[in-house]
Amino acid sequence: MTPVVPPARTEGPTPLFGAYGIVKRFGDVTANDGIDLEIRAGEIHALLGENGAGKSTLMKILYGLLEPTEGVVTHRGDIVRLANPEAARALGIGMVFQHFSLCENLTVAENIALVMPRALRGRTLKARIAAVGGTYGLHLDPDRPVWSLSAGERQRIEIIRCLLQDPHLVILDEPTSVLTPGEADLLFGVLERLRDEGRALLYISHRLDEVRRLCARATILRGGRVVGTCDPRAETARSLAAMMVGAQVGEVKPPTGQAAGPARLVLSGLTLPAPGLHGTALDRVSLSVRGGEIVGIAGIAGNGQAELFDALSGETLASEPEMVRFDGVMSGRLGITARRRGGAGFVPEDRNGHGAAPTLSLSDNAILSRHATAGLSRFGFLRRAVAKSLARAVIDAFDVRGAGSDPTAGTLSGGNLQKYLMGREILAEPGILVVNQPTWGVDALAAAHIRQALLDLAERGTAVLVMSQDLDELFAIAGRIAVLHDGTLSPAVPAAGTTRETLGLLMGGSEPARIPPPASVLADTPWGPTHAH
Amino acid sequence: MRIDLTPRANRSALLDALSPILAFLAALVVGGLVVSALGRSPAAAFVTYFVAPLSEVWSLQEVAIKAAPLALIATGLAFCFRANIWNIGAEGQFVMGGLFGGWIGVATHGATGNTAWVLPLMLVVGTLAGLLYALIPALLKVRLGVSEILTSLMLVYVAELLLDYMARGPLRDPAGFNFPQSVPFDEAARLPYLMEGDTLHAGVAIALVVLGLATLVLARTLFGFTVRVVGASPRAARFAGFSDARLTLAVFAVSGAAAGLAGISEVAGRIGQLQPSISPGYGFTAIIVAFLGRLSPVGILVAALVIALTTIGGEGAQIDLKLPLDLTRAFQGLLLALVLGADALSRYRVRLVPGAAA
Amino acid sequence: MSLDILQMVLVTIVAAATPLMIAALGEVVVERAGVLNLGVEGMMVLGAATGFAVAVETGSTLVGAAAGAGAGLALSALFGLLTVVLSANQVASGLAMTILGLGLSGLVGASYVGLKRAPAPHLDLPGLTDLPGIGRLVFGQDGFVYFAFALAAGGWWFLWRTRTGLILRAIGDDHTATHALGLQVRTVRFRAVLFGGACAGLAGAYLSLSYTPFWAPAMTAGRGWIALALVVFASWRPLRVLAGALLFGGATVLQLNAQAAGIGLPGQLLSALPYLATILALVLLSLGRRQGGSLAPASLGRVFTPHR
Repeated sequence: MTPVVPPARTEGPTPLFGAYGIVKRFGDVTANDGIDLEIRAGEIHALLGENGAGKSTLMKILYGLLEPTEGVVTHRGDIVRLANPEAARALGIGMVFQHFSLCENLTVAENIALVMPRALRGRTLKARIAAVGGTYGLHLDPDRPVWSLSAGERQRIEIIRCLLQDPHLVILDEPTSVLTPGEADLLFGVLERLRDEGRALLYISHRLDEVRRLCARATILRGGRVVGTCDPRAETARSLAAMMVGAQVGEVKPPTGQAAGPARLVLSGLTLPAPGLHGTALDRVSLSVRGGEIVGIAGIAGNGQAELFDALSGETLASEPEMVRFDGVMSGRLGITARRRGGAGFVPEDRNGHGAAPTLSLSDNAILSRHATAGLSRFGFLRRAVAKSLARAVIDAFDVRGAGSDPTAGTLSGGNLQKYLMGREILAEPGILVVNQPTWGVDALAAAHIRQALLDLAERGTAVLVMSQDLDELFAIAGRIAVLHDGTLSPAVPAAGTTRETLGLLMGGSEPARIPPPASVLADTPWGPTHAH
Repeated sequence: MRIDLTPRANRSALLDALSPILAFLAALVVGGLVVSALGRSPAAAFVTYFVAPLSEVWSLQEVAIKAAPLALIATGLAFCFRANIWNIGAEGQFVMGGLFGGWIGVATHGATGNTAWVLPLMLVVGTLAGLLYALIPALLKVRLGVSEILTSLMLVYVAELLLDYMARGPLRDPAGFNFPQSVPFDEAARLPYLMEGDTLHAGVAIALVVLGLATLVLARTLFGFTVRVVGASPRAARFAGFSDARLTLAVFAVSGAAAGLAGISEVAGRIGQLQPSISPGYGFTAIIVAFLGRLSPVGILVAALVIALTTIGGEGAQIDLKLPLDLTRAFQGLLLALVLGADALSRYRVRLVPGAAA
Repeated sequence: MSLDILQMVLVTIVAAATPLMIAALGEVVVERAGVLNLGVEGMMVLGAATGFAVAVETGSTLVGAAAGAGAGLALSALFGLLTVVLSANQVASGLAMTILGLGLSGLVGASYVGLKRAPAPHLDLPGLTDLPGIGRLVFGQDGFVYFAFALAAGGWWFLWRTRTGLILRAIGDDHTATHALGLQVRTVRFRAVLFGGACAGLAGAYLSLSYTPFWAPAMTAGRGWIALALVVFASWRPLRVLAGALLFGGATVLQLNAQAAGIGLPGQLLSALPYLATILALVLLSLGRRQGGSLAPASLGRVFTPHR
């Protein structure tokens, strides 16, 4: 058993909040395994760790969404029970969610009213929203429905909702993952101001440069345990990464980038209306990817990536055949199976439920995308044995762990399932490969593996198109980069000739500066110089 | 207090197979309580419901004859339900199959010469009638996004009224003393009996053949795979290149055809003429059968026999024990509810957590 | 047409609309919370049987109505247990409730078939009820009718003017987000289901206590399903349910009058009209909404299992 009494503190004043000996088990899985964490007033405390390290579990315990199996939480030295988020809010704990906890069809004010005390509503509430917004520079129209707002505006709702409760501790879960660099800067300003007001902030991220810029203390989790605490400002991004991963992360070989081949994937003026109420319309998207090169598409989530992917894969048909050309074939009106027969492969963003059916076995999931191209069905009858050996080949070639006895896709970890889905397409040796967010939510080792596989594929003459929110990733593998903003695509420019700042402005919808800033400026940008090779 | 559901990491095959049996036992217990509340002996009721029908050849045949349409319709519905598409109008498709197939029987009454084509034509027309009638809600869903649940159900009432009108009006036997029924079909328009002098007709064999085919299609073909993927994960199905619109039409066609075939088999088999009403609710009972059989043809066969048994038993209980027929229907509804509940128990680990609510 | 005949027609339309109104308003709340209850027909018919049986035994229409609502509520508790607590499939569970409700209503009502009792008392205000033209329509209805209109107004006020209503709508819109905020998704949904069940039961009781004051097996005749269609037709808005129910009531009255007048059409065709009209209404609605996207609560019918 873990001690129920908090251990004697080593130094400093009584922490505002403490978590001691936190253990959380889900069935056989231990997500948190004896975690200690102290957060003081007036500090921004980073919680670092890979996906699956136990960050979100700990955060949910602190917000009362989960109760720990063992261990205690203290507030100013007293043991408290956080039975539900209401109890946490009553103690002054507020939360800014990564996947916003907003109802799309309600208005801004309604979403905020959901967690406000009964008395605060109507005009009073709107006045308060305006007041807080004015103080922190977070402007919002309280009567707009959420679905009409951008990701940055949605985050403002979350923050205002949090601030209206005058919190002592604000937990932020990956807050910049959906922001443009410019929006992120604005957020950092707000956070620093909150810190200066004496509030505590728990900042959960895997973006090391942000943490180094913003936080004075960091707790690093790996495999459900605390593996270290440090002052991130005194560390390098590399040393922090090593602590998170527990091993040196292999660098990918930089692209040789000799795109010698002919244009294999060509989009000309691809225009599509928005699918449904909440989608993004595509507006005259043009792009050409040659054999042997990787072209990256940067952009904040929700700017048309899903729509563009569907238009490329054929899940949504274009209005004219010539809008999409694969190896010279007018493919705009061809379905996904026909495009696959023509030698294209696709890996969507959502692994569970789009790229794979989570309740189906891995071999059945091989049939899912390869039934027409790998001889998995003959005269309408399935050839299960062939599917099994194909699945086996993918598992071996891409080092998919936990796939021993053909389990259902949903039981694999994110990284392993992503490797399986990548392998499923890459083993087909596609002439064209379109990937949306190849390493989203994937651990660092698997991510490196996947990036290398994409580079190798391009070396073999495939035209590879990668959409990613992660600029680091695009700079690491892409020869040229374009930016998707609100359904329009900027011209693809050589990665070597552009900067994060230029791309950041495009991602935010502004015109980039005409002259790219010199390299010295790059090193000073807030989001840091991780790619100063 | 709060109830926690944790998905089971690996579902036990044993638990999966046991859960409908446990549900059945639980339904028996509740049924027994109701019977004793009605002042009858639960033991006697059990014998009447579940043992007596099995002890005589004629009642065994009755069970088979009742089970055949249930199994046939439920097998068709399994295609829909597996794909998360909700055709609950099988009753109407059954009626349309019986009506239009039976129409041929009425029209060929007294025909001479070679009449070997009559019965096959009836079966084909009946099947097609069910299929086409099922395509109405399917097309409305695919083209206009209208909920298939409501439209398919509304069409049941329409089909029943149409049959009622035809049997009392245009298709009534003119020499039938104003009885609301058609002429009895000729021998050539009747399904042959499997055994001489008995009631067991070829409709039972038809149902068994269709069940065998469905097993093959669901387990071994790309179409069966498509059905499963669309149900499990519609987005992944689109990624696989399976069109959900086409699949919606296909499974409605399959289930409508199965119900139509069951309808004409009933008319050409057991009934032998058109009447204002030809179904004691087979199309709705088949929904229970489909879920009780866990949407697999083999399970459906077992479930259809069990449900047919309770139906025959229920008729016996009405005569012998004066127990109302509605008891059977209530038992069947309860059974479906318990099967669905037991299913949840086999999918999730359920725990009671004292304290906070969720 | 004289004013009094017009009033008579309107009174019958309101009477035909009342059960649809009550059941559909209950279902609006259920669906706004994100649950699709296809058991309305079963809850309604059970409410009709129970309401009539209890009213006969106690001699009180009020107690009978309460018992009808209670019966619907009890059946919906089973539905809530299956769908909200155990996360069972909502469509299949709803169908089970309809079959179970039909069976149980037969058991409950078996010994009451053929009995008749006086219909529920109508309001009688001296002076007002006798007002020509509008007296009977406005001041001469029974309690169910006034309750139905109050329910529509109350439902509107609850959904759009109260915090609980806001939480309920939010849960129906996105159960994952609201759960993350610590709102009690399953508790709210369960209560909504109970409310819907009670309304369906009460609507059934209206049929057997007021509309046709006797019990006949399966006397709801698909009204529960029409109420479900009405919810879609009304875009999940209480006041539009009111309008839609009156429209449907009008169609029913038209059909009954045409049948009585013997206008040469087969009776079966006229009987089929309400069902065909329902299909037509759904089709027209979706034609009109082609561009607008769906107005249904976003989580409607989706299974929710909190992971804790």
